Amino acid sequence: MDFDLSEEQRLLKDSVERLLGDHGSFERRQAHAREPDGWSRRLWARYAELGLLGLPFEERHGGLGAGPVETMVVMEALGRALALEPYLATVVLAGGLIRHAGSDRQKSSLVPKIAGGSLILAFAQGERQARYDLADVATTARKDGDGWVLDGEKGVALHGDSADRLIVSARVAGTRRERAGIGLFLVDATALGVTRRGYPTVDGLRAAEIALSGVRVDAHDVLGDPGKALPVIELVVDEAIAALAAESIGVMAVMHEATVEYLKTRKQFGATIGSFQVLQHRAVDMLMALEQARSMALFATMMVTEPNAGERRKAMAATKVQIGRSGKLIGQQAIQLHGGIGMTEAYKVGHYFKRMTMIDILFGPAEHHLTALARADGLIEA
Amino acid sequence: MDLRFTPDEIAFRDEVRAFFRSSVPDGVRRKMIDGRHLAKEDFVVWQRLLNARGWAVPHWPVEWGGTGWSPVQQYLFLDEMQQAPAPPPLAFGVNMLGPVLIAFGSEAQKRRFLPRIANIDDWWCQGFSEPGAGSDLASLRTSAKRDGDHYVVNGQKTWTTLAQHADWIFCLVRTDPQAKKQQGISFLLIDMKSKGITVRPIVTIDGSREINEVFFDDVRVPVENLVGEENKGWDYAKFLLGNERVGIARVGVSKERVRRLKQLAALERDGDRPMIEDERFRERIALVEVELKALEITQLRVVAAERSRTDKRPDPASSILKIKGSEIQQAVTELALELVGPYAMPAPQEPDEGSNEPPIGPDWAGSVAPTYFNWRKISIYGGSNEIQKNIIAKAILGL
Repeated sequence: MDFDLSEEQRLLKDSVERLLGDHGSFERRQAHAREPDGWSRRLWARYAELGLLGLPFEERHGGLGAGPVETMVVMEALGRALALEPYLATVVLAGGLIRHAGSDRQKSSLVPKIAGGSLILAFAQGERQARYDLADVATTARKDGDGWVLDGEKGVALHGDSADRLIVSARVAGTRRERAGIGLFLVDATALGVTRRGYPTVDGLRAAEIALSGVRVDAHDVLGDPGKALPVIELVVDEAIAALAAESIGVMAVMHEATVEYLKTRKQFGATIGSFQVLQHRAVDMLMALEQARSMALFATMMVTEPNAGERRKAMAATKVQIGRSGKLIGQQAIQLHGGIGMTEAYKVGHYFKRMTMIDILFGPAEHHLTALARADGLIEA
Repeated sequence: MDLRFTPDEIAFRDEVRAFFRSSVPDGVRRKMIDGRHLAKEDFVVWQRLLNARGWAVPHWPVEWGGTGWSPVQQYLFLDEMQQAPAPPPLAFGVNMLGPVLIAFGSEAQKRRFLPRIANIDDWWCQGFSEPGAGSDLASLRTSAKRDGDHYVVNGQKTWTTLAQHADWIFCLVRTDPQAKKQQGISFLLIDMKSKGITVRPIVTIDGSREINEVFFDDVRVPVENLVGEENKGWDYAKFLLGNERVGIARVGVSKERVRRLKQLAALERDGDRPMIEDERFRERIALVEVELKALEITQLRVVAAERSRTDKRPDPASSILKIKGSEIQQAVTELALELVGPYAMPAPQEPDEGSNEPPIGPDWAGSVAPTYFNWRKISIYGGSNEIQKNIIAKAILGL
């Protein structure tokens, strides 16, 4: 058992933090949000130069062959910088689907473009009626000659508006919430029959509603075995949960540090407010919530490669419970302890709070996962 | 970074697990599972079994009977012991006084007391708190005045756990009444058979007799029983309290209690279904399990960091372990209280030895309410959770 980063991992951490320190300040981030895509293409090119975009892919396909720990390191840094770029959408989600379901040919063709920064991808999975049920897919894929024809509507696809290609989940067989019968399809975002409505999310990132009407997909753009995609989707969503847990640690740590700093500088009643015990104890509550969340982010990173899917899913559910609860406590208290200044659009803490709140919602909030974990008999065997 | 245990560590864990499985006396294990108090004899028999195996004082230096285990091995040992469940070696000697003597005691004191601590030939108790000195421990007033080659001790200690069994007590006493609060305190070892000592039990809200008042009335203590230097006792006490927090998260205890809770929730019925199928109840157990998993990893992070620490002072992160650990232990007792339902109400009756009268209600119910009440102590002893938060605010956050 060893919690230390390797020499290479430490170098990665340093270089990501340096890049985001130079180019990812809060003021710059707000400027990037006003660019046409809602994020910085120039910064994306720097991610590519650093190797971040090819990180989890196998070397023989043009990646760097890194594992969950490296993703954790990058995501935590992106969380600290409150990054806007489509790393989760392109590398973790769509990239994960390609890694786990793609053919060698598909990987060899797609990975170099992802790693080079020229291909933005998004995962069009959620549907309005589905909430957090990954099996609830009403969008259909109908066989047509060698290819397929997609019809349906996808909601809140992260960075779906700036993606060049979409990975769409669609039902090739079975009823709406059946586990079997789901396939994954690579669709050009500008293909005939695709309509996208992009919008900002409350945390300043971007998403899209996507309508698919008679969209043709060639046979070579089917990802994996059509009809058997759900286990892959679950695995990739679990990888995304582990990544989000790491991102949330960066987000929470900044909120906590900013709050402690404020307690040390803000004076009222002739004293720094950090000298008041009730506020000291609140700051300690935030620290404990952060450390508990950090432990679960480490747990998720370890468990994401667990071969037993049931154990893996439980670990991610537990992680989502902890980061959701810790994030809510830290976010709400960060605002409370800053007082009025915490409420302002101009100050950074509120933006971190909003990102944290969206991270909780993504793939199901704490309460959703607590129910799921309890139904799966919890973590400790009776 | 590799968060898995190594094959060697797993082999080690299996070895200690097998030992606990085969060696804890059945009666003792049964009492622990049922949440009943252990008799003095239960502690003594078990600790001597451990000592015979060479495992009573694993964290001590090898020359004094320690095992030389790594921090991870020590963690695994403790975790397995707690999950067995097996009683811990008596903390007052093994975890508190032993390390103080090893660090600050004279050669004669070490030779005289350490082997007897390991084998529980002496039962030690702790004389720190006083009626006027709780969280503000340094305001203690029990005095020790030098008279030739003796100290004469007068005053009162309180909350003294299991003093009724004790052969010896280690005390903080004021040797210089003129000095500032923390100075002027000395660390003294006192034979409980000395003339002038009175032990009076304090019955706690759960009806148990774990704690006592100890009165000192002109008790004569040989000067050779002073530990370290006169008026340096506060430093030794801080060292001791730091050690006390190691392992205070009691993660293994909570794991065992949650496992037991889930077993009982599968048996206890509400209408036509077991309580474990009540969605709300099950979710509340699951929430404790999440917190406990997080705490386990937090504890492992502290353990792993110990390897690279050059600073021998206690890690302030151990205050987090104390707070979260106590909250979780208390949460489990609350869930158990809810689970048992109306049969939490009959006042506990310690079965007489030899009595064949059946218990009132389910046989596991009798200890549930008393444990709920008794375990409120966990967030108070060893530095209350509020004191721990003061420590974290100062030492980690710099507030």
